Amino acid sequence: MKAFAELFKQLDETNSSSKKVDHIVEYLKKATPEDAAWALFFLTGRKLLRLMPMKILREAARELSQTPEWLFEESYSAVGDLAETIALLLPAPTHSLQEISLDSWVKDRLLPLREKSPLEQKEELLAWWSASSSWEIFVLNKLVTGSFRTGVSQSLVMKALSRNSKITEATIAHRLMGKWDPTPDFYRKLIEPADGEKDPGLPYPFYLASPIEGEVTELGSISDWLLEWKWDGIRAQAIKRNGNVFLWSRGEELITERFPEITESIARLPPGTVLDGEILAFVDGTVAPFSLLQTRIGRKNLTARIKEQVPVILMVYDLLEENGEDLRELPLRDRRKRLESLLVKTDLPLLKISPEIESKSWDDITKLRESSRTRKVEGIMLKRLDSSYRVGRKRGDWWKWKVDPFTMDAVFIYAQPGHGRRATLYTDYTFAIWKGPDLVPIAKAYSGLTDPEILEMDRWIRKHTVEKFGPVRQVKPELVFEIAFEAIAPSPRHKAGFAVRFPRILRRREDKKPQDADTVDTVKGLMHVA
Amino acid sequence: MSRTSPNSFEPLLLSRPEGLYCPAGDFYIDPSKPVKNAVITHGHGDHASSGSENYFCLQEGESILRRRLIANSKITPFEKGTSFTLGDVAISFHPAGHILGSSQIRMETSKTVWVMSGDYKRDPDPTCEAFEPVECDVFITEATFGLPIYRWEPTSEIARQIFEWWENNKRLGKTSILFCYALGKAQRVLAELMAYTQQGVLTHGAVEGIVEVYRKEKIPMLPTRKVSETDPKSDYAGELVIAPPSSYGSPWLRRFKNNDTAFASGWMRIRGNRRRKGYDRGFVLSDHADWPSLLKTVEETKAKHVYVTHGSIDILVPYLNERGISSSALATDFKLEDDTE
Repeated sequence: MKAFAELFKQLDETNSSSKKVDHIVEYLKKATPEDAAWALFFLTGRKLLRLMPMKILREAARELSQTPEWLFEESYSAVGDLAETIALLLPAPTHSLQEISLDSWVKDRLLPLREKSPLEQKEELLAWWSASSSWEIFVLNKLVTGSFRTGVSQSLVMKALSRNSKITEATIAHRLMGKWDPTPDFYRKLIEPADGEKDPGLPYPFYLASPIEGEVTELGSISDWLLEWKWDGIRAQAIKRNGNVFLWSRGEELITERFPEITESIARLPPGTVLDGEILAFVDGTVAPFSLLQTRIGRKNLTARIKEQVPVILMVYDLLEENGEDLRELPLRDRRKRLESLLVKTDLPLLKISPEIESKSWDDITKLRESSRTRKVEGIMLKRLDSSYRVGRKRGDWWKWKVDPFTMDAVFIYAQPGHGRRATLYTDYTFAIWKGPDLVPIAKAYSGLTDPEILEMDRWIRKHTVEKFGPVRQVKPELVFEIAFEAIAPSPRHKAGFAVRFPRILRRREDKKPQDADTVDTVKGLMHVA
Repeated sequence: MSRTSPNSFEPLLLSRPEGLYCPAGDFYIDPSKPVKNAVITHGHGDHASSGSENYFCLQEGESILRRRLIANSKITPFEKGTSFTLGDVAISFHPAGHILGSSQIRMETSKTVWVMSGDYKRDPDPTCEAFEPVECDVFITEATFGLPIYRWEPTSEIARQIFEWWENNKRLGKTSILFCYALGKAQRVLAELMAYTQQGVLTHGAVEGIVEVYRKEKIPMLPTRKVSETDPKSDYAGELVIAPPSSYGSPWLRRFKNNDTAFASGWMRIRGNRRRKGYDRGFVLSDHADWPSLLKTVEETKAKHVYVTHGSIDILVPYLNERGISSSALATDFKLEDDTE
């Protein structure tokens, strides 16, 4: 455990990605497969579920540090991280614990917590804490609470694994996808030389498009590009191997059960087929807005009624595997041809091919893009015809060219502290628009401001607080911001009667007064314009 | 001793736009605008501003104050504990341990004794005289770090961390750039590092100007040299550079190609503060009192009432009241919270 705590410290003490990778490589070299598996588990942001109620953790911490509850909460609100708050409040250790491995910490100490009574859980914590240094307490608490936030992304971990095992990052990424248990066996297999054998359920890592920069004309000849609509649904990979069907979302979540209609269609594909596409709500032969699909996503219980109300299709745009052969290295134009003939041959109505937009010039496509909203799409995708299917967000071959967002002017009314790096600043803002004489909350936005702007806002918020509700500060309704958003959907939970999708701050409108902000009616009007 | 409410005291000090005003003595403490009589706790920019007719300060603080104010300002220095009179008030300065020449201000009338802490700390600091608790009826304390999460480690331990960071970067051929406030913190680091090394340190011009003042006051510090006097083509590998936070991200830094950055401040106690600002390392080194020191100091003054002026006012006030120490907020003008840390 000391080695892992030290690794975490090293990762925390540098901003350099290459240094972070070096530290992970060094740790993995020395670690047992048991420890290495757990280290990967935590570094990739996974957590041990339901070890104990956080209430017990807080209680134990207040008791050992003799801190009244309100003062503990004030401290937490200043730090923004429970594990760290506790480590900063607890007294110096009175003795030290016997050193045991990370694996043993998790298996013999942490996981058994689940079976213990609250009183026993608390006693265990107190015993560990009083024998640990501040940093050890912090790391231990992180193991309990999850959310490491070391600035280590999955891609850095993959780099380190790749360097240690001489296996390509793509293979490592493939093996790290989906659900896995942090066992020594898993770790050994992860770094085993590739032998072509595949877990039938594993998806390929998704290739992600980057937002386009500059002018499209800079992309060269339009004939080098495949143009498609940018669908507004759920990105998904459909797998048919050895008679099994798997449907994965981009968030590496298995969603096979959520869309039985699509699953049935995939089951009819030849074995050894993997498709990349977008799940869309599809009513009367046309694509429906994302908000309709959303009504189905959250349902635990998929009733016949909801299936009827929200029919779905898979809009397919890529073929990653055919007859068990990995096609990702082939140029897109070849994959596309094979995809077209496959879909024609199988003729499954719920698997539609994402149509190619026929366009002769960049001018032409620029005009077509304006029609995105009426087509219920987010804009246009540009894919280089001779590109292979790459891993992650690699720039240059796939671009997304979104339509300009809707905008509104809204009044800033509440502020809340951020998390992680921004935990000590008020960075999360709530905005309101007018409904008659009242300001009603319409959007929460977290991003869009630069660091100096955030600092300025933080100072303004502290000086203009009207009232505090826990971590939330109500501020004087004085500042007006231009907020961008993607869509409007009816919502009974919002006082305005509707909600906006992906709101973000564009800029402060210093030229506008609160009374100049938009109203519920003007914003609703945008819906009809679209 | 029974604790009484603030209302039973004659209000010796009032909050005015210019600063804290004492009607009985017709003077201001640390006024931010020109006034007739300015009694100064220390020379940081948010406490000492130009244009007043008369300045009064602790003797050891005169040279810094003179550097801060426009030329020919009228400054009357006093030895610690020596009292002088303005109006009906006998005033004396007492060391506050914050930076060189920083002081508390003791104010006595026929009816009461008030002490204004100014900025202070209780940790030993080789560059200034240690804080001396002064018994009083009413104590006005700062609370920059008024939360129990703020507890300082011994300065020697922090200095060791800084030295090891520097040594480690030297092995890697890197330049170590330590950001810290140019007045006070920089000189304290240069003095504390003497326990570990005799090597020279490079400084930003803003730091070196104050280092010169400290050297005239015979404060022992590591040898220093201004970066501007070095060959701009050198690679600065293995050097330690001390610079003010305002230079972070400025073109001035570009000459140090292969560098590791750190910030020395009490705010670095919280990881989020360091990560938000993007420094590689944070060293928890503060010239303000930590939570245990605030509580200890309040106890030692034996004050019947405690005013809290700066920082976590809404934390320390209810906490003291819960513990049976009468306390309330003393509103002053808003000042930036972390400009001298």
